[in-house]
Amino acid sequence: MESRWGPLAQYDWSVMAPEFTILIVATLISVIDLLMPNNKNRQVLAWFGIAGSLLAGWFVFQNVGHGVVEILNGSYRIDAFGNVFKLIFLAGTIFTLLMSINYLNRGDGKEEVIHHGEFYYLTLTALLGSMIMSSSADAITLFVGLELLSISSYILVGTRKKHLLSNESAFKYVVSGSIASATVLYGISFLYGLTGTTNLFEMADRLGEAYMAGNALLIYIAFFLTFVGLSFKISSVPYHMWAPDVYQGAPTPITAFLSVVSKAAGFALIIRFFITAFRSIVDYNAPNGPQSVFISELLLVIGILAAISMIVGNTMALRQTNIKRMMAFSSIAQAGYILVPFATLTSLIFEQTVYYLIAYLLMNMGAFAIIMIVTGDRGTEDIRSFAGLYHRAPFLAIAMTFFLLSLAGIPISAGFFGKFYIFMSSLVMGNYWLAGIMIATSVVSYYYYFGIIRQMYMRPGETEAPLRVPAGIAVIVLIAFIGTVGVGIVPDSVLNFIHVNFPFMDIIETAGPVK
Amino acid sequence: MDSILLTLLTFSPLLGLILLIFIPRTQTGALKLIGVLSSVLPLILAFVMYGAFDLKQAGLQFVEKLEWFSIPAEQVQFPINYELGVDGLSMPLVVLTAIIGFFAAIAGTIFVDKRWKEFYILFTITLTGMLGVFTSQNLFLFFIFFEMTLVPMFFLIGIWGFKDREKAAIKFFIYNGIGSAIMLIVFVALFMSVWTLNFSEIKTAFTDSSSPFNAQGSPVFIGEGLRYGLFIALLIAFAIKMPIAPLHTWMIKAYQESPTPAVLISSGVLIKIGAYGLLRFNVGFFPDVAGQLAGLLAVLGVINIIYGCILALVQNSLKLVLAYSSLSHMGIILLGVAAMNEVGFQGAVFQMVSHGLIAALLFFIVSVIFERTSTDRLDDLGGIAKSMPFVSGIFLTAAMASAGLPGMSGFISEFTAFLGLFKEMPIIAAIGTLGIILTAVYLLRAVLNTTFGPTADRWKVLADAQPLEVLPMVLVLGFIVLIGVYPSVLSEPLQATLQNIVPRIGG
Repeated sequence: MESRWGPLAQYDWSVMAPEFTILIVATLISVIDLLMPNNKNRQVLAWFGIAGSLLAGWFVFQNVGHGVVEILNGSYRIDAFGNVFKLIFLAGTIFTLLMSINYLNRGDGKEEVIHHGEFYYLTLTALLGSMIMSSSADAITLFVGLELLSISSYILVGTRKKHLLSNESAFKYVVSGSIASATVLYGISFLYGLTGTTNLFEMADRLGEAYMAGNALLIYIAFFLTFVGLSFKISSVPYHMWAPDVYQGAPTPITAFLSVVSKAAGFALIIRFFITAFRSIVDYNAPNGPQSVFISELLLVIGILAAISMIVGNTMALRQTNIKRMMAFSSIAQAGYILVPFATLTSLIFEQTVYYLIAYLLMNMGAFAIIMIVTGDRGTEDIRSFAGLYHRAPFLAIAMTFFLLSLAGIPISAGFFGKFYIFMSSLVMGNYWLAGIMIATSVVSYYYYFGIIRQMYMRPGETEAPLRVPAGIAVIVLIAFIGTVGVGIVPDSVLNFIHVNFPFMDIIETAGPVK
Repeated sequence: MDSILLTLLTFSPLLGLILLIFIPRTQTGALKLIGVLSSVLPLILAFVMYGAFDLKQAGLQFVEKLEWFSIPAEQVQFPINYELGVDGLSMPLVVLTAIIGFFAAIAGTIFVDKRWKEFYILFTITLTGMLGVFTSQNLFLFFIFFEMTLVPMFFLIGIWGFKDREKAAIKFFIYNGIGSAIMLIVFVALFMSVWTLNFSEIKTAFTDSSSPFNAQGSPVFIGEGLRYGLFIALLIAFAIKMPIAPLHTWMIKAYQESPTPAVLISSGVLIKIGAYGLLRFNVGFFPDVAGQLAGLLAVLGVINIIYGCILALVQNSLKLVLAYSSLSHMGIILLGVAAMNEVGFQGAVFQMVSHGLIAALLFFIVSVIFERTSTDRLDDLGGIAKSMPFVSGIFLTAAMASAGLPGMSGFISEFTAFLGLFKEMPIIAAIGTLGIILTAVYLLRAVLNTTFGPTADRWKVLADAQPLEVLPMVLVLGFIVLIGVYPSVLSEPLQATLQNIVPRIGG
């Protein structure tokens, strides 16, 4: 194979099987969609997408436990960190597709999305973008992943073509998203200027030298620009204001996708990017001996922003009457919580982040599935649409109660332990103020989460008619429910499973030279 | 070590829950029966345990321990155990909880008028939570059980309550949520100071003079500042729960709007958790600080007593009279604790049990009257003794018990609490005793305005108590008299445990 393809043929391409699977399935769906008669139902395409995601998940499992593999000249790496995030993305996408099938085929003539095929394959390309984000070790590659995810989501948000709010939100999303991307690029350009490379590992070595050579200010600028831009993806302060409008306007399955998959992808990117590139900046001239600038200064800023996210998200949510806007503010607050392990840089930051994201995946997907059914049935997104839900669909109401309790962090639930671990570790690291804000804002959040519970059990609804729950939604709710409760009862086994199977520290190991 | 009696006791209400799930909601009779039975089981087990309890032993009995999960902290894993046990302090409260649980379950069959299935499911969860609070032996488990009582109570108030129930429910939950958040912070801070969650290990770490946490200059020495900080924070958390004025507003609202069973649970057991925490954690872990701050506790207690009494005097609603009366009686518990001697503590625990029984009985009677007259306003009622002689008689008796009539549990508890305090702070105790006089005044005012005087025409045909109402009233009154005439049933198990706490108090 020493032909004109050169080194390309020498890479172990099989490690990219998950990405290829999604790419092929997305392409196939778009082609089939073109060839299919217009009046044919596209549901089968969604099932194809789900099958593809399951297959990709299986391929990811094949990569687990094989150490670090780098391909494409070190710009793309398969490691434990990337694998676990890919599994989260895939699970989130499968939930999204299941919800979409029901969302798009309501069967009551009120369907708002006309182009079903596009809906399905754009979800898959967004997923592909997320997967690339979680595995890239090069500024260019990660930007490609980021844009693939972003552009796919811009379109998905606007798929309710005749809906004013949806159009408005898609427009807002494109504009603010583009500004965010530009900010990231601008930040990266500083890094390139300082180090002359786009590879994160080479960047890491040279940034330390650049710092000692007196370029501290430029490093700070680069850090803040990239973080501000990336905070758009996780909808945390300072780039969070798009979330309420977009969450409200987007089709509900896409709202769920944005709040779980897109957010998790943002976290994957932020954690990998900053830990890889910035970790070795050390100030050797500090008064008390060498001091890590990354920990003492940069992460402190992230901690402050996380705290502001918690405060803004939880207090603004109090005033919302639209359930999707309320969930948007809730997700801003949750982003603040999930940033805490990173900001405090505990020894278990990966395990804690991943544990919380799994809990978040379960409880948020479950909650959005129920929100979709209820708001769709009542034709309004006001939280009053939940009134009397307990009498109409007791199981849904009980499941929703558990999801909300879990989001609020009340024991015994997945969300409680997620928060508890984060809380403990930030105390262990001595960040008392951050832990304090976390607890205080959690109490505030009780008010709005319990507002929904109040509607479900204590307010009479306009109708007492039993609510029909489609099978697909019932499956999502059931899995999410069992997961939320189960992960809450045996928190240790889950955390241990993650710890044993995913040796996260290999995130900063480089693989040996290409064979 | 091998006994699983305590686990059985704590989780026995949940057996009822499993049955309840499978009973269709239309079978109201069966639902009520199972609901009541699921409170009988813990009652029986509690008495069995009380019988088997070794009075001479100061330490924990019926101990159980299992590893549950572990917290990763840096490179080490700290196991969090499932550990239960009872000592002389928790044993009486477990029995109290079981009695009140049974009482509330019966009240549920009478006063709850809808959705019995959900009602009893939530009730069994609350009951398990309350039993667990008193039996758990580590901070984490205590916190879990504590939260386990909050969420179902939110539903009990919010669904089955009176007109302004939702506001009352959310107020209850937010206040108590803040309390438990503060509690959680203290627990974690405690854990990170001494690296254990077990009650007795923490206690040893803080009180044993040979432990490194007390040795000046040791790397893990815990200074005065932290001790005072933790003590004050815990005090605030339990002040919300007890409640101590001015953090009491949630309780007034909750008692006004809650359905009868929820009031019984709340006034009978839940607010005692605050007092239990005060004794177990504040005094148990930080006896030196407690000794220093005894004056503060005593002042808070007197404020509670006088403030509660004065407001109870001017209320026109029976429920509000009783709500402020609860506040004032919780002040007596504070005085008992503030005495910082064995007699005072004994008075505090006596008052916890005694007030739990009396308050529950009084609220039950008010509900019986309300059920028939649809009012609890003193100016509407009057002269119902003619039509409801039995209920009126019990009402007067219970009110007298509450006012501290000798021969009833109220007397012996108030007497011992004040006796304890008079030794240490005679002036504050003297002011506090004013409360006893005021209590008699407002209770007599309430009872006389309700039962005596001319009978209005509309109250002439009220039905007296039904057998189902008589049974629990007589039963609870029986316990009140039993403690009044034979206080040893309570004091004997307490003594050994209290003797263990007292010598460590500084001051």
